[in-house]
Amino acid sequence: MQEKDVKFLEDTFKKYYFDNFDLIHVPERTSEREFGFQKFNSGMIRHISLKDDKELHLLLMQNSPSDVYCSNAYYSFPNLPMKEKDWKEADLIFDIDSKDLHLSCRSDHTVTKCNDCNKISKSNDQCTYCQSTKLDNKSLPCKNCIEASKIEVSKLLKILTDDFGIEENSINVYFSGNEGFHIYVYNSPFQELGSRERSELVDYIMFKGAIPETFGMKKLKPNRSLLPNFEDPGWRGRFSKEVYGSKSNKSKIVTELMTNGYSNFQKNLEQLSNKIGAKIDPNVTMDIHRIFRLPGSINSKSGLTKLFCKDLQKFDPYQEACILNDNSIEIKANCPIEFKLKNKKFGPYDNEIITVPSYSAAYMICKNLATIP
Amino acid sequence: MITLGKDEIAKYPFLADAGQYLKDKGFTLQQFGTDPDLRLSVDKALNRVLVSADGKIYKSDLIDGEASKEYILEREVFSFLLAIVLLKLTGMTTLIKRFALAEARRAEKFLEKDLGNISDESKKELAIKIIDDLFSIQIKKQDDFFIIPIANYLTHSINFHEREWKLINRHVENGFVFLTSHETVRLIRKELGNYISSKILNAKTPSMISGFEEPVEKLISLSKKFVTHTVSTGEYPPCIKHAIEVLEKGENLPHSGRFMLATFLLAKNQPVEQIAPLFKNAPDYNERVTLYQLNHLAGSSGSGTQYACPSCEKLKTQNLCFAIPECDNIFNPLQFGKKRK
Repeated sequence: MQEKDVKFLEDTFKKYYFDNFDLIHVPERTSEREFGFQKFNSGMIRHISLKDDKELHLLLMQNSPSDVYCSNAYYSFPNLPMKEKDWKEADLIFDIDSKDLHLSCRSDHTVTKCNDCNKISKSNDQCTYCQSTKLDNKSLPCKNCIEASKIEVSKLLKILTDDFGIEENSINVYFSGNEGFHIYVYNSPFQELGSRERSELVDYIMFKGAIPETFGMKKLKPNRSLLPNFEDPGWRGRFSKEVYGSKSNKSKIVTELMTNGYSNFQKNLEQLSNKIGAKIDPNVTMDIHRIFRLPGSINSKSGLTKLFCKDLQKFDPYQEACILNDNSIEIKANCPIEFKLKNKKFGPYDNEIITVPSYSAAYMICKNLATIP
Repeated sequence: MITLGKDEIAKYPFLADAGQYLKDKGFTLQQFGTDPDLRLSVDKALNRVLVSADGKIYKSDLIDGEASKEYILEREVFSFLLAIVLLKLTGMTTLIKRFALAEARRAEKFLEKDLGNISDESKKELAIKIIDDLFSIQIKKQDDFFIIPIANYLTHSINFHEREWKLINRHVENGFVFLTSHETVRLIRKELGNYISSKILNAKTPSMISGFEEPVEKLISLSKKFVTHTVSTGEYPPCIKHAIEVLEKGENLPHSGRFMLATFLLAKNQPVEQIAPLFKNAPDYNERVTLYQLNHLAGSSGSGTQYACPSCEKLKTQNLCFAIPECDNIFNPLQFGKKRK
């Protein structure tokens, strides 16, 4: 990123933090957490320990970070190297990202920036100008992406409460600041689980690794009365709703399943995973040493804030999480996609000098689709 | 502390304090080597070990966990304690492991029966207490099932490789996993085995006792049978081949895929300098960063930890597994192509 762009973003982010200290807090059991931050054009600085909000605000003012992170884990010595930290436990965390949902709208709002010639093109495989394959994808997620992510969040929440018995008030949902949502589960019986055990939770949530026997389908002498019913708890119930559709359909579908046999049943289960499993990022949940974006901080991939969602269904990130200031600024924009922030439409721009509010300029610069001239 | 009745000691002899038991009965180990009546127990002990080495469960003289005569009960306990003495004198870990597993499976049968006992509540309570005391699993009875908290279930089931033990293939409801008495007990088989083997490994080795030489010799020659040899085909497993193909095409391989590839090749003793060029087609390739990261994984920089190649189970979760029949139920890509002879 160019120096002028860095200066603009650092100043704008700093102003945001100064004006919005009430939005950014250290989490509970602060002294047991590891903090970290990144600066523009620079690597990660981590293994930091903080005492309270004051120390966090001081860090923000002194360092003008591009991104701020905090561990989901609790350690005896969070500021020591990883091996010496003495891991105690970790909150259960989930990441749902619209880019992992393979939505059809994605190609409409994704462009590629060539790492060799810096030009922007629509092709996904090759730069249309220099044929290089070293491309960076830049996506400006649309309303559909956010709505689809919300559906995945709702699926996850249902599994967490109904199957895992987690109290609703122990779960917090945040907009990630870019393309999806981060979900935290606090004080659950899963706090002390290691990475391998968490990967079992992941498979359960994503509906991966299911075998026909679990759904009553046996290799030898299958018996139709063992197949799931609508009122069954957990996956058997969800299987019924998805596969049978309605109660009147059940008998017909069960006959079909029995006729098609065991190996087809297995194939059906694998295909179902995509439909009924909640599409979380497995790596995030399995990682018990991660430093995860701090709620209230800005995501430097977009300039939007990682924000707590009070009402998930009504939540509009492009309205509520767009909190940077609206001072006018002149930029050179090369953004072929139209987008909407704070109810205002921007773009498309074809390599043109324009004057826009700082929040919009930051959004495009963060996406590498504009620069300060 | 669990208090055991006479027949319970015979069912769960590993819970007894061996030395104390013999003392209470007024015997010394030396007597077992010389007294013709007591020698019968040594023969039984040898048989108990031999059967376990064969992968089978020792056939008990107890009927439904109970004995018709007091001496049968005692002999049952003696043969277990003497089997430990023989194993210690033999000093062969493979035999100890096999014995511990077989004994765990024997105890498993009794535990399962006790858990499912409807007529005698105290037997059920004892089984629940044994499982809680030894393995910290809190079991509750709900209708026909035994229910245990999910986190508790996972810490035990995680070492099972059969798919039916995956959480997704379990009845899960409101924070609990529902199990039958058979499954509840099966869940702790390995740990019961570990518990028994650690008890044996930690026991003091006595000096050779006159009359024990012959069975000990027999066991030593038997244990030589268990040394395994493996041959390697040198072929890469499909997950690794896939990762290399992706990189060769210049497509993006996720971080987890790069981690798998690098740790696999490092474990195969490939030098960092040979691995780094594999990544040169990646869209974000940077030679300096790649070398740094590879050295970090190899443990030659940073914390010094050498990172292990992820298990097949983990790779499945990360969508990096492309299993073929030749994988033959291996647990880690590094085992691919190695056949036990």
